[in-house]
Amino acid sequence: MGLLAFFRRSQPTASVAKERLRIIVAQERSSRNAPDYLPLLRREVMEVIRKYVNVDPEAVQISVEKEGGHEVLEFSVALPEKAAG
Amino acid sequence: MTEIIVVTSGKGGVGKTTTSASLACGLAKRGKKVAVIDFDIGLRNLDLIMGCERRVVYDFVNVIQGDCTLKQALIKDKRLETLFVLAASQTRDKDALTAEGVRKVLDDLIADGFDYIICDSPAGIEKGAHLAMYFADRAVVVVNPEVSSVRDSDRILGLLASKTAHAEKGDTKVQEHLLLTRYSPRRVATGEMMSVEDVKEILGLDVIGVIPESPDVLSASNAGNPVILNAESDASMAYEDSVARLLGETLPLRFLEEPKKGFFARMFGG
Repeated sequence: MGLLAFFRRSQPTASVAKERLRIIVAQERSSRNAPDYLPLLRREVMEVIRKYVNVDPEAVQISVEKEGGHEVLEFSVALPEKAAG
Repeated sequence: MTEIIVVTSGKGGVGKTTTSASLACGLAKRGKKVAVIDFDIGLRNLDLIMGCERRVVYDFVNVIQGDCTLKQALIKDKRLETLFVLAASQTRDKDALTAEGVRKVLDDLIADGFDYIICDSPAGIEKGAHLAMYFADRAVVVVNPEVSSVRDSDRILGLLASKTAHAEKGDTKVQEHLLLTRYSPRRVATGEMMSVEDVKEILGLDVIGVIPESPDVLSASNAGNPVILNAESDASMAYEDSVARLLGETLPLRFLEEPKKGFFARMFGG
């Protein structure tokens, strides 16, 4: 590494990469064995919710969890904080 | 007992063919009888990396379609007695590869007493990649410490868990290993690149090798002489370690830290 490169060193972004991957990989793993209709179901439910509350797509989580002998369709929507004023 | 090992990754350009070639050479150097097969139909490249491109007469699809015998299509390596290459076909017909055809070729190699069959998978998750992993007993997932490669590897791990003969029969699980390539200890130290531990933690797999970023890899491809055969190279030593681990040895990972440089070398480039 030369003198110039020493001062022009780029930002440490590895931790950002790791955090983003941790989230997306977990999300993709949970939908791996999920039924095919899940993405469509998610989209339609989103549209219904959006008629009433303006939520971010990221705030809607949908997953199928196996519990004992049965499967549970889990749906979680984080509502936005009340706008100021 | 023949072991079928798929070298796969999902993402292209991460070093699958380089890894297939080096693992095959390393196993053959230890006296194992090895066949390395290129599954990238239409985009044959293993022959170039192995340096036998001008000796390809018959290919994988020719064998499957009965145009020649398996013996005629296997290219005997000029450096290692017990190493054979089966080239991919350059046909554009992707359906030329069939599960039945692949099974027949693998069965013939098993009957012929091969110890290892290395299946060099194409990138992507299409037919070639599917068939390369379908009959595997073990998988070496090649990954770069970079977001798209890690995500694609996880996708491949999902397929290995469901779309292989072992998974469908439900007998044994395909044994999965991670192999990191293009690893730059310097960039890991400065926090610009994810570390072995980071990648291991995200994918939850054991690491069978870490190959440092090295100019020797390009030189090896240029010359058609797999990098593992260049004994002075760090990349070669890292591949040798990976082969030893494949064979069950326990070795600590090497080349995870930047070689120490003096003050002047650091300040003025060295």
